Amino acid sequence: MALLEATDIHTYYGAIHALKGITVTVDKGEIVTLIGANGAGKTTTLNTICGIYHPRQGTIVLDGEPIHDMPAHTIVTRGLSQSPEGRRVFGRLSVAENLEMGAFTRKDKAGIKRDLERVYELFPRLLERRKQLAGTLSGGEQQMLAMGRALMASPRLLLLDEPSMGLAPMLVDLIFDTIKEINAQGVTVLLVEQNALVALSIANRAYVLETGSIVLSGTGQELLNNPEVMKSYLGID
Amino acid sequence: MKRTSPFSWMTPVTTGLIGGVVALFLCLVGIVEASLGRYVITGIVTMGQVFVLAVYAIFAMQAAQKAAPGQDEKPAPFRTLASGAISGLMISVVLAIFVLLGQQIDLRAVFIHATPVLYDLLTFGLGVPQGIFVLLGFGILMGVLFGAMALLPSALRRSLGAGLIAVPLVAVIYSSLFSGRGLSAFQALAVFVVVGLALFLWGRYQQPVRARANALPARQQRSMRLGLWVVAILFVLALPALGTYPSEVLVITGIFVLMGLGLNIVVGYAGLLDLGYVAFFAIGAYVMAILTSPEITWFPFSGNFWIALPFAVLAATLAGVILGIPVLNMRGDYLAIVTLGFGEIIRLVALSDWLKPLIGGSNGITQIPKPVVFGFSFDNPQKLYYIVVIGCVIAAFIATRLKYSRLGRNWMAIREDEDVAQAMGIDLVRNKLMAFATGAALSGLAGALFATKLTSIYPHSFNLLVSINVLAVIIVGGLGSIPGVIIGAVALVGLPELLREFAEYRLLVYGAVLVFMMLKRPEGLLPEARRKLELHELSPDVAE
Ligand SMILES: Nc1ncnc2c1ncn2[C@@H]1O[C@H](COP(=O)(O)OP(=O)(O)OP(=O)(O)O)[C@@H](O)[C@H]1O
Ligand SMILES: [Mg+2]
Repeated sequence: MALLEATDIHTYYGAIHALKGITVTVDKGEIVTLIGANGAGKTTTLNTICGIYHPRQGTIVLDGEPIHDMPAHTIVTRGLSQSPEGRRVFGRLSVAENLEMGAFTRKDKAGIKRDLERVYELFPRLLERRKQLAGTLSGGEQQMLAMGRALMASPRLLLLDEPSMGLAPMLVDLIFDTIKEINAQGVTVLLVEQNALVALSIANRAYVLETGSIVLSGTGQELLNNPEVMKSYLGID
Repeated sequence: MKRTSPFSWMTPVTTGLIGGVVALFLCLVGIVEASLGRYVITGIVTMGQVFVLAVYAIFAMQAAQKAAPGQDEKPAPFRTLASGAISGLMISVVLAIFVLLGQQIDLRAVFIHATPVLYDLLTFGLGVPQGIFVLLGFGILMGVLFGAMALLPSALRRSLGAGLIAVPLVAVIYSSLFSGRGLSAFQALAVFVVVGLALFLWGRYQQPVRARANALPARQQRSMRLGLWVVAILFVLALPALGTYPSEVLVITGIFVLMGLGLNIVVGYAGLLDLGYVAFFAIGAYVMAILTSPEITWFPFSGNFWIALPFAVLAATLAGVILGIPVLNMRGDYLAIVTLGFGEIIRLVALSDWLKPLIGGSNGITQIPKPVVFGFSFDNPQKLYYIVVIGCVIAAFIATRLKYSRLGRNWMAIREDEDVAQAMGIDLVRNKLMAFATGAALSGLAGALFATKLTSIYPHSFNLLVSINVLAVIIVGGLGSIPGVIIGAVALVGLPELLREFAEYRLLVYGAVLVFMMLKRPEGLLPEARRKLELHELSPDVAE
């Protein structure tokens, strides 16, 4: 059953028509990935889903409840959280405070504590550095923090915007292993990635976005073998 | 083998020339002359001369420091001193050229402050040419002396510097208390020694003393802290004993502390750059005036200060929310421009003919009564001071509580990143409006006190400069820091108020202070711990 159904989404920046009727569904327990060139509209799609932007047309339904008119701060409470592009951590707050902010809307103290432990287990580096100001973390550590913070909302659906951006290959592997692990723990994942090869290989299904429209979709394996995708996104001729 | 770093002799020359231009500028805008009557040390040094001396000091030290070798290099005392001397000389050269030029042509047509008095001052009363030589020699001497500071260990240098700065500061306060007289030479020396020594000893023994205090049993620590508080409170309560004029300055400073605490919430906590803050100050003042002045006859109700006060605060708070709503989606520069406009609109409305029958237009409202409690009238600054202090204490308490509350945390997150904060579940609308409202409430309170202090208010008291002043206060004090607001207000409002003859140079000094602070101490005079952490090395601390 679909956890998220975004149907015929149109999003505008003023006069710029950034999303031209996008339809994306994510089923419970899946990892779905969205790939596409720079400026294709991937970040816009995620920000529209989580309510930072609102679609001018189309519907977004999370587990049966329409969310396209809700403000972002209400959508979090419905079990959807995002790790934004470019590691936007709260630079002047400590690592621990950042994680606390992630659990902002939650009241269940015991659950928060459990999730905090889970995040520190997934990212032991964050535990070591929990008193450090987030702005002084390395890029990779900030990425871990952004993901950890999103997890602290205890989401049913986790949106990840380019978690491997600018990371060394070793760290990229670690991040993707962690995504699989998070997924195995029962969190559904919608993943935006430039690193198409790795993304497609861990995804159940995938969409290819081009200038605001979906041009291809299928299982991760199908797209990996698609000649178009091979040529344009995997750099294989 | 220790190496010597390469060094360019042009550096002290350019540094000195820049210093010379700065010194010349101070002379030409008239600061030096304006303060001829204000002695720092009676009969010896005037305040204006101190400004010029400060130029020598700053630029000679700068030049010497640039010449001083790094820690792992060979010491080079000669080079350091010579750099100081050269820069000092260059400052004097610029001034000397100016004096010589002034002898030939009358510069007063362009620079009204280029008077014979000024030339006399610069040539030590000796005239040309003897005075010129003395001026040049004086430059070299100053250069060597201040250059030598670069050779001292930093603890010693800091204590000496503080001692030197303390003398004019103390003198300003002293002279405004005792009708313009400066310190005697002996008193100046005493101030210098006491402050310098105190700072030196503090730097040296601070750690052992702290450690000893922390080792005391908890109960003793508590009573010690209590004792310190009692001393501080008694000090604050005793201040009006200084007299009427100092009390008036204190009241004005307190009003700015109030506004600073409020704006600090908006700008420092929530990161919303509000340049129209004066609007709420004006609204508080006008509501106070309308509700209390017997001049206002159209309003069916006329009460006393205490009845009007909550309405003044409430009106300002409402205005804060009303301004907040349209600017909710604006950020940074746009927000600044719109709020700036709002501030001006309020002032222009108060000034307009349209409202003239109601609030007096440019004639303002007069006859605002003083607060009275059980027949006791707070009718002079010495008494009013206590009401302002109570206001400040309440405001500081609110600001502290808010800072560490959930609301404070929300503001901090919004300041850091609005989008992410919202995605974390923070309601931007509510939290931003709360910031605007709380800030406006404190400004309204300040405005009400301002109205009762002056007993009459005019639209021109509420111009953009007030907003800028308050912003400068919190930036210089340290954005987000509550003690910083107090220090900032004392430094930027209290001190200039004491130096009345410099009133017209106030903005100039503001500008200079702000530029200097941003270059040398961007975190402010008394920064909050978090910002200090951010701008300085962080020691990892894992124990919890
Ligand atoms: N705030 C904005 N105002 C105007 N145009 C915008 C804004 N944000 C994005 N756009 C435009 O919308 C289009 C989609 O941008 P988006 O950020 O969604 O791309 P993306 O697929 O995430 O790209 P990348 O891989 O580079 O992150 C781009 O053409 C971009 O220039
Ligand atoms: Mg993007």
